[in-house]
Amino acid sequence: MNPEKVVFGFFIVLSLTLNFGFFIGEIDNPDHHHVYELFAVVIVNLIATILKFGDRSQMGAVLLATSLAAMIQLIAATLVWTFAVHISQTGLTPVVMASIVSLSGGAMLANVISVILLIIETVMLRR
Amino acid sequence: MDSIIFLIFRRMRPPLITLLLVYTVSILGLTLIPGQDADGNVWHMDFFHAFYFVSFMSTTIGFGEIPYEFTDAQRLWVLLSIYASVIAWLYAIGTILSLVQDKTFKQAVAENKLARHIRDMREPFYLVCGYGETGSALVRGLTDVGYHVVVIEIDEQRSQIIKLENLRDYVPTLHGDARKPLHLQEAGLQHPQCQGVVAVTNDNEANLKIAITSKLLHPHINVICRADSHDYEKNMASFGTDHIIDPFDTFATYLATAIEEPCLYLLQMWLYSGNEEVRLEEPVYPPRNKPWIICGFGRFGKAVYQRLKKEGNDIIVVEARPDLTGLPAGGVVEGRGTEAETLMQAGVEQAAGLIAGTDNDANNLSIVVTARELNPELFFIVRQNYSDNSAIIRAVNADMVMQPSRIIADKIRVLLATPMLNEFVSLAYHQDNEWACELVSRISALVVRHAPQLLEIVIDDEQARAVVDVLNGGQKVYLKDLLRDPWKRRDHLNCIVLMMQRDDERIPLPGDETELRIGDRLLFCAGRSGFTRLEWNLQHDNVLSYVRLGRVEKHGWLWTKLSRK
Repeated sequence: MNPEKVVFGFFIVLSLTLNFGFFIGEIDNPDHHHVYELFAVVIVNLIATILKFGDRSQMGAVLLATSLAAMIQLIAATLVWTFAVHISQTGLTPVVMASIVSLSGGAMLANVISVILLIIETVMLRR
Repeated sequence: MDSIIFLIFRRMRPPLITLLLVYTVSILGLTLIPGQDADGNVWHMDFFHAFYFVSFMSTTIGFGEIPYEFTDAQRLWVLLSIYASVIAWLYAIGTILSLVQDKTFKQAVAENKLARHIRDMREPFYLVCGYGETGSALVRGLTDVGYHVVVIEIDEQRSQIIKLENLRDYVPTLHGDARKPLHLQEAGLQHPQCQGVVAVTNDNEANLKIAITSKLLHPHINVICRADSHDYEKNMASFGTDHIIDPFDTFATYLATAIEEPCLYLLQMWLYSGNEEVRLEEPVYPPRNKPWIICGFGRFGKAVYQRLKKEGNDIIVVEARPDLTGLPAGGVVEGRGTEAETLMQAGVEQAAGLIAGTDNDANNLSIVVTARELNPELFFIVRQNYSDNSAIIRAVNADMVMQPSRIIADKIRVLLATPMLNEFVSLAYHQDNEWACELVSRISALVVRHAPQLLEIVIDDEQARAVVDVLNGGQKVYLKDLLRDPWKRRDHLNCIVLMMQRDDERIPLPGDETELRIGDRLLFCAGRSGFTRLEWNLQHDNVLSYVRLGRVEKHGWLWTKLSRK
């Protein structure tokens, strides 16, 4: 067992599960999507991205790419949140909430791909 | 480049994650710890403000407590966060700095820069493997005549020296082992502009490996090798190495030529000397058909022995360790040759010439000095192993000096820079001594004291535009036209044509009345800066018209229009 692989897999899976937790619920209902959950998703995704740095293989490159895509979506979601609450002061209207959650949904798709790639890589290891 | 980026990222993982965790914990703490707003109500900081506060806190230690003054609980948390984040930042920055100063990293950056430079080369270049005595002389010779060179050198110090050499061109130098195909590839072996590979390391085995690699990876490339053992020469020739140069055999041939045809030898030395700053060599007349003494029966001694024997000279060999070097047919006088006794035994008083050919410069000098005391009339040939010893070798004032690195460098430079000269010299070997003497006197009139300059010209659009225009117009251009002075056409340019090559025919010293055709190759020889006016004749319509006909025919567009009306 390679401890590096454990940590690596843990963070990739965790970023998907947290993302799913934030995403699930009525899309435009602010009560179903907590800010701490989004925070956790962002942080765990960042850690997963950093862990994917410096892998020379083709698989590593694709994994990094999916992570970067997820990060862009999540950062966009947090920016929408910040803009709505602090700058335009409109609050979390259903429209805003819907766009935040759908952005995080996109990120979840990228995370799903990450996990699938991870599974493929594991399956292809003949050990 | 890719590998460096990966290296940086891989090493940056721990500091980045530390930084991220410290930020996360600080932000999370700030949002969880209750604060008070201006009216004393309980207030929770949101993520936006927490991120804002932590960002400036960790880098500047704060602009103050925003948006409301902190409670003591919050201050305690901020206090801990400050220390944690400052340490995390120091760790991250420290890692970057140590990475930048890391030796392997620096080397990787330098190697990448070099590889990129070589990849981007747009002009033809030669790859020289080995920057020792031969390599440095060759690189100087090639850059002086405007060729681009890439060098691979295994010794780091010597590969640094090249920067201090004050060469005319920037010479990318790869510090690496040329025996490894990867390093040859990095240095541009497979680059489309790579014209040839020159293997001049001091190791026969390495030269062989370089030649094989080059011929396999870039089959049409010109490969030139140094070798000083006949086994390796055969091996190199077996897979099509284009030129194999053995310094000892080459010198033995020179010496035989100098004995049999002194003018031809002088001609070759003059034409091979290269740089115009070099003073012309004086003619030498080694004694013929008289006994010679060879001190040292190593690779050099053997080559000279065989050659002189073939020409029918008597030879006495002096060798300190005949058990190692083998015995010549005529027996050997045992000894180093540095002592008067051994030399007397070899018959130094009756001999005509002495060759000090051991692989030790100090011994060679000692042999010459001792022998000169015994017989001042001797003709001395000294082998010089290291170019550092030039001053002392010059001081003993030998008649001929054999410096292997110099011989190889000159020969390779000629092969690469002026291949026609090489062909001309091999043609000259078929002529007799009188022919060579006449040519030597013609050249000495051109050049006065300094080495003759050589130039290869192809009659084509690029190198002789004006000539091509006239030929395309159906008119004739003779060789004598090109050699007229464009300032005063009755005078001759300080320039002669050594050889003309038309298709596969090679004509040495073509006559003045020779008609030129497109595609002819001409080898010119001139004195110092003798080519500037020749270029005018070749390239400028009006100048060519003047030297051919004595009048200017064509004018500018406006003048042609006006004069027609």
